[in-house]
Amino acid sequence: MVLDEIKILLEKYDNGETTLLEEQQLKDYFSQETVAPELEVYQPLFAYFSQSQKEQFTKDVPLKPEKTFTMYKWISVAAIAVLMFGITIFNPFERAERTYAQLTEQEKMDYDNAMLAFNLLSSNFKKGTDNMSAMTKVSEKLNEGQRKLALLSEFDNATDRVFKY
Amino acid sequence: MTQDEFLDVVMPFKDKVFRLAKRLLVSHEEAEDATQEILLKLWKNRAQMQNYRNVEAFAMTMTKNFSLDKLKSKHAQNLKIVHSNYQDKNASLQKQVELRDSVDWVSKIIEELPEQQKIILQLRDVEQYEFSEIAEMLEMNETAIRVALSRARKTIREKLTKTHNYGVR
Repeated sequence: MVLDEIKILLEKYDNGETTLLEEQQLKDYFSQETVAPELEVYQPLFAYFSQSQKEQFTKDVPLKPEKTFTMYKWISVAAIAVLMFGITIFNPFERAERTYAQLTEQEKMDYDNAMLAFNLLSSNFKKGTDNMSAMTKVSEKLNEGQRKLALLSEFDNATDRVFKY
Repeated sequence: MTQDEFLDVVMPFKDKVFRLAKRLLVSHEEAEDATQEILLKLWKNRAQMQNYRNVEAFAMTMTKNFSLDKLKSKHAQNLKIVHSNYQDKNASLQKQVELRDSVDWVSKIIEELPEQQKIILQLRDVEQYEFSEIAEMLEMNETAIRVALSRARKTIREKLTKTHNYGVR
């Protein structure tokens, strides 16, 4: 491009009157290796514009898909509701209570045997506790002995004092 | 609006948002944060996005306002870094290095411009928007934009000429 034309364009450029197309022409001109020496001032300016045009935003933006999230939330709420409903209506933990008279023969026998075994266990436990009461007596005696020992140490103190004088 | 549709709309101008934010906030990290914030805001309001005539212009206006708010709160905190110790130019440096150096110099000169002029210069000379688009983004009339742009360009040229001559002499 002719130098004069560039100069006219620069004049327009400084006055903010250039079109985008004309500004592109200027950019192209100043991106050359060599420009007219009197116009060298402009070179870094246009070089800077072209350079900063290339800068990019590289960071990732976490776009949360909120819609699907709320959907999952409601699904889980519904699931819990259904579960609760199921438990209250057909309670798998509930056991029908029956009286002894309603049991079958086999069940009655099992029940009696179980009761017998439990009774045996409990009577043995009783024996164990009886023995334990003997232990408490022993511990009482021990306590008494300790008290006696304290008395003895006091007597010791007294004798010490006597020996000192 | 699905995530893919949203990205199709936003992708073409996300870099422009970032560059405008960086022009105003200077710091790379802060500009990244600002861009992220703006994209998230757009994402949250994606339901209304169909109603906007020009999403890109809307995003640029948001960026401008957001960055200026950020700057205001920073000034209020009294945190301002002033670049005053420029390195002096060595005339014996190679041409290439000198050019790169003066490119940095341009960025420093632009940094000193008033915010309004910075924004207009960025939108016009870097992003190459039409004056009508800039007018829409900044809610100004075109004449005022041309005047501000002319002022910015002349200031830059004067300062560049000064340093250029200083380098030659």
